[in-house]
Amino acid sequence: MPLSTQPPGSGEPYVLVACLDNARHLSSLLRAVHFQDHATCFATANGLKVTVEDAKCIQANAFIQAEIFQEFAVQEESVTFRINLSVLLDCLTIFGTSSLPGTSTALRMCYRGYGYPLMLFLEEGGVVTVCKINTQEPEELLDFDFCSTKVVNKIILQSEGLREAFAELDMTSEVLQITMSPDKPYFRLSTFGNAGSAHLDYPRDSDLIEAFHCNQTQTNRYKISLLKPSTKALALSCKVSIRTDAQGFLSLQYMIRNEDGQIC
Amino acid sequence: MRFRAKIVDLACLNHFSRVVNTIARLAKTCTLRLTASKLYFILADKVANGGVSMWCELCQGNFFDEFQMEGVAAEHNEIYLELMPENLSRALKTAQSAKAVKIKLTNKHCPCLRVAVELPSLSSSSRIVTHDIPVGVIPRRLWNDFREPSVPDFDVSIYLPVLKTMKSVVERMKNLSNSIVIEANLSGEMNLKIETDLVSVTTHFKDLGNPPWASEDGSQSSSQGRDLESMAEARIDIKKLQQLLAGQQVNPTKALCNIVSKRIVHFILLHEDVSLQYFIPALA
Repeated sequence: MPLSTQPPGSGEPYVLVACLDNARHLSSLLRAVHFQDHATCFATANGLKVTVEDAKCIQANAFIQAEIFQEFAVQEESVTFRINLSVLLDCLTIFGTSSLPGTSTALRMCYRGYGYPLMLFLEEGGVVTVCKINTQEPEELLDFDFCSTKVVNKIILQSEGLREAFAELDMTSEVLQITMSPDKPYFRLSTFGNAGSAHLDYPRDSDLIEAFHCNQTQTNRYKISLLKPSTKALALSCKVSIRTDAQGFLSLQYMIRNEDGQIC
Repeated sequence: MRFRAKIVDLACLNHFSRVVNTIARLAKTCTLRLTASKLYFILADKVANGGVSMWCELCQGNFFDEFQMEGVAAEHNEIYLELMPENLSRALKTAQSAKAVKIKLTNKHCPCLRVAVELPSLSSSSRIVTHDIPVGVIPRRLWNDFREPSVPDFDVSIYLPVLKTMKSVVERMKNLSNSIVIEANLSGEMNLKIETDLVSVTTHFKDLGNPPWASEDGSQSSSQGRDLESMAEARIDIKKLQQLLAGQQVNPTKALCNIVSKRIVHFILLHEDVSLQYFIPALA
């Protein structure tokens, strides 16, 4: 794309420049965490992290490594800003969400620093769209302090196994109860709704389960409304890891393979 | 006043249905004008429509196998009806695999367009589904309200970009703003812009081409002698533009727009046998 990194007539460089040949690599991932209007973007030399939080009870992070981008340069140690995620997604998908195979939207994202808007340059088929999105003061984000070393139970399974289960969850139940145990029932999802209680058991030796490391029997209940947004991420992913720590904190990690086969 | 028409050819029927579907998306109520050779769907520019007006013209010979009409009087051999195009669209939906469709103007209890759809059936007698669409007969004294709009004295005339791209862009922009600025120049460049407190987005189209307009009386139109790079612009209601683009089910043979700076944008969409003109006024 014949667009230079430096804005014409200005001596100030951009603190963040990121280029993608296919903007869908970014937009599909961001859609997976799009359950609130606002998100905090955090860029380091490693890549871009986008965090969405709800009521200080649930936090979703989308991480796109620097290697996924065709060009990724961060001038300072870290660059942080808060932005309207709905607006960002509308801009990234300005040429439509589905396109003919072989055509893709090229993206150049530039940020000049604190107080400046985020600039997006998108191009598809010779048509260029320029977006200027205002950024805001980054907010205090919760640090859940979920440490991988303190994980008590961990199960990795193929997403298709969970997708149907999540789609059919009894939403009249206020909670989703997750049981993970080295003994029976191994891995159980339970709901308690108006019609009664429903239990979904996964056998330990199921083909869908890739890794099973349960040390303790744990049964935890989570507000089902907080888990519903995660179905978007589940829909996009190929694998999911479910981990809990001693306090019953739940961490769900989704492995997403993009159109070019890269992993996010 | 009499009117009866019949379509037997399936391709013509589908084509006609598509036209009616497009009209239904653009207007809740409109005027259907019938003459011996043509049909017109007209929306006059009343305040209730938000100042938008529409003129759609079809040659009846290209659609109907039989077409007979008798107007209000010999010297005024035309019929003007007020109807809701959505009703006609829904009636035609049942005709997707019909053997024939007959349309007739009736007045049993109140004036109606009776659409009789003959459907294929396994038995020897055919199945007929009849829809009665209430219409209002517009008296001759009001016919002047529905004259063909003249092409405005535009500043710039330009071909539209690929409608699919324009549609996607406008749909996204509709999420971000209520109004959109459409600007174009005589060098084939068009920009669509929105600007709000949160965001500003501009899409640039190039190499669109400017249609040649022969001036009728040989005089200079206001677009001649104009600087080629200078943009004519108008801010319009984005929903109206989106409705126009969303209603296009088939790519037109020619699509262009005429911009009168800060006043009105005149869209012309031409298909082989249908022409559609749509006027969107600029916002204050």
